[in-house]
Amino acid sequence: MDVKKAQSFITQNAIYIVLVILILGIIVYEPSFMSVNTLRDVLIQSSTRVIIALGVAFILITAGTDLSAGRVVGFTAVISASMLQIPDYSRRFFPDLPQVHVLLPIAIAILAGLICGLVNGLVVSKLNVPPFIATLGTMLIVYGVNSLYFDMDPNQSQPIGGLREDFTKIGSGFIGSGQYSIPYIVIIAIVVAAIVWVLFNKTKLGKNMYAIGGNMQAAKVSGINVSKNLIYIYAIAGALYGLAGVLEAARTGGATNNYGNMYELDAIAACVVGGVSTTGGIGTVPGVLVGVIIFTLINYGLTFIGISPYYQLIIKGLIIIAAVSFDMRKYSSKK
Amino acid sequence: MANAEFLLEMNNITKEFPGVKALDGVSLKVRPGSVHALMGENGAGKSTLMKCLFGIYSPDAGEIFLDGEKANITNSNDALGHGISMIHQELHPVPFRSVMENIWLGRFPTKGIGPIQFIDHKKMYADTESLFKDLDIDLNPETLVGKLSVSKIQSIEIAKAVSFHSRVIVMDEPTSSLTSVEVEHLFRIIRDLQKRGVAIIYISHKMEEILEISDEVTIMRDGKKIGTWPSAELTTDLIISRMVGRDLTNRFPERGNVPGEVYLKVEGLTSPEPRSFKDVSFTLRRGEILGVGGLVGAQRTEVIEALFGLRAIQSGSISIDGKKVNINSPQDAKKHGLALLTEERRVTGIFPVLSVHENGAIANLDRYQKPYLLLDGKKKKVEVDRMIEKLRTKTPTTKVQIMNLSGGNQQKVLLARWLLTEPEVLLLDEPTRGIDVGAKFEIYSIIADLAKQGKSIIMISSEMPELLGMSDRVMVMSEGRLTGILEGDQATETEVMRLAAQH
Repeated sequence: MDVKKAQSFITQNAIYIVLVILILGIIVYEPSFMSVNTLRDVLIQSSTRVIIALGVAFILITAGTDLSAGRVVGFTAVISASMLQIPDYSRRFFPDLPQVHVLLPIAIAILAGLICGLVNGLVVSKLNVPPFIATLGTMLIVYGVNSLYFDMDPNQSQPIGGLREDFTKIGSGFIGSGQYSIPYIVIIAIVVAAIVWVLFNKTKLGKNMYAIGGNMQAAKVSGINVSKNLIYIYAIAGALYGLAGVLEAARTGGATNNYGNMYELDAIAACVVGGVSTTGGIGTVPGVLVGVIIFTLINYGLTFIGISPYYQLIIKGLIIIAAVSFDMRKYSSKK
Repeated sequence: MANAEFLLEMNNITKEFPGVKALDGVSLKVRPGSVHALMGENGAGKSTLMKCLFGIYSPDAGEIFLDGEKANITNSNDALGHGISMIHQELHPVPFRSVMENIWLGRFPTKGIGPIQFIDHKKMYADTESLFKDLDIDLNPETLVGKLSVSKIQSIEIAKAVSFHSRVIVMDEPTSSLTSVEVEHLFRIIRDLQKRGVAIIYISHKMEEILEISDEVTIMRDGKKIGTWPSAELTTDLIISRMVGRDLTNRFPERGNVPGEVYLKVEGLTSPEPRSFKDVSFTLRRGEILGVGGLVGAQRTEVIEALFGLRAIQSGSISIDGKKVNINSPQDAKKHGLALLTEERRVTGIFPVLSVHENGAIANLDRYQKPYLLLDGKKKKVEVDRMIEKLRTKTPTTKVQIMNLSGGNQQKVLLARWLLTEPEVLLLDEPTRGIDVGAKFEIYSIIADLAKQGKSIIMISSEMPELLGMSDRVMVMSEGRLTGILEGDQATETEVMRLAAQH
């Protein structure tokens, strides 16, 4: 019986066991990997990814998918950066823009993200376009719109730089000092994760989200307004991408129209590794956090020990396939 | 050792899952050319036994013999190779392909030279035709399967089983979605197969059918075999008492409800779809159970789904408590105190991966709304779990995924879901479909109790004893039209059948 228990533990947690072994391997190879600095860097790198992944998790749990996430991140990064350059910067996006309050462009960028999400939600629920196709379409449209905006005179597709310090501070500042300081961006990610956790677990919207993903037909019969809920969910996800775009601009101190490219795939991968089911109805906030952090750790760790980024892509791909196959085994072979 | 007494012998099959002994030394011996009914409540181990036969599970102990020879079956292909096939309760054809392609899927006849092989459509057509002729099935091999009725698809599955030269065909609840005419046709095919020496293992909950078609009956309970008897020695009551392990003096509870004044009034309800329901008018009183009888295709489900706002109405009106109401969505229906238990529990009822608790709570979240969008988790937990418990749902905790529960217990959770919305009118579509005898009685008791509390109930049922045994009045539909409402002694099996076949 104990053997069986151990076996079931291994199948239930196979992906985590593999990943822990991988990380242990990195530590054995390069013991200096285990340090507070590593932890700090990993957390910082995880923050925006967590926010995007949480947005994607909303959609995945409704049995949908969102390919537009990365491009929305790029769009909102450009929007916020374009309005937050220092006044005497030589190549200003809006040469005559007065010094507005830092929160105003941020709000506009998040709103832009929300509108992108809203469009996704409307297309999926009102026009009955499958999410994969709907968000494939918006992915292209958003990138096109962003590139046009980015190409406007006088910017003409120059990388946007010279960002205001009160803005970049959000991305690079921290509370406390020295090794044990906590970056703002990590705090923001934690707050967002907490809010999303409440949405998932303590609100009607969250319950409806799980129900819609669990069985859309049954959700309709139960009196859930499926399209209304889907629109809300896509809009919230869009707002999260918007926030992530803002933070990316603030963290890196600039933006181009190619920001966020393919981030949606990383986000989907992290969700899947974190136990979010792509067939809907299953997924938790802690799972998504674990998924993102594992990916960042492996990324960081492999770079740390000097593995070529090309090999890293291969390893990441294998992890995604393994995660889903283990997941399938978990649900299909209960016998 | 051909010509053994038994075509199939399963000896002392034992299968244990963590925590449960699903099969405890079960033996099943099937004679060639016989129909062997396998009976037992849900969870008795029938499907586990069949899965052992098909190599889907490997038994912990026990042996399988075919024609007296030991057979080693480790997957369903082995089973097919040994001449064992199964007609599942839920059929999964490839809808956008033709009848013949579905039959020969994976083993298309080919023609060509050497490694360059093309599919031989002509041969496939001819083979299918002769197969159908043999079995007296009237179907064009080139029809798309998606357009066919359940019973036609089932005949295709049977033809497929025959085309594999199967000697043992397992049929799992084959009549659950067939009309009585279609059942007769199925029985003709079964008798024909018998003549060829094929043995049928027939799994069903329907006693009348079992007694009519089977030669022998094996009854299981709690993973054990209770015994095998010739059908001629059995009666419905005997089977039930052996399945349940106690005497069931009454299959239906005392109702004790007293219908009051008219509560729901439906007038001239007509669907925009030409072949759906037309001009349906009836009334429903408080505390009344109105049964709805009819054949499959009578549009009974469509009518109550229209009442619940799931289907459009072209004309006609619905009044509740004397006031005309407009119901365009399930949300509207809920607001007016309606609740709907759908026929297809798995398709439109349960959320398989969600917990029993969430499944119970989902239709009633408004009740637990607190300020700032939050839900009152404690109140929700207490009220929902109390209701689930009150209906005597058997579940380890309410946190387990509902897909792990038996059909009867899932149905109780769905009833709990709707009772929590405090409905005045319950629309129940085949409420005991696919549910074992013991759980059926409990569902009947819950329904009777609700009527006694003054709730109005519309119950669609295709099981005659249930329809007659539970209803105060029986309304019968045929081809989308209401053909009669029977009261008291008028409601007899023959009268219902006569009205059901009117159009």
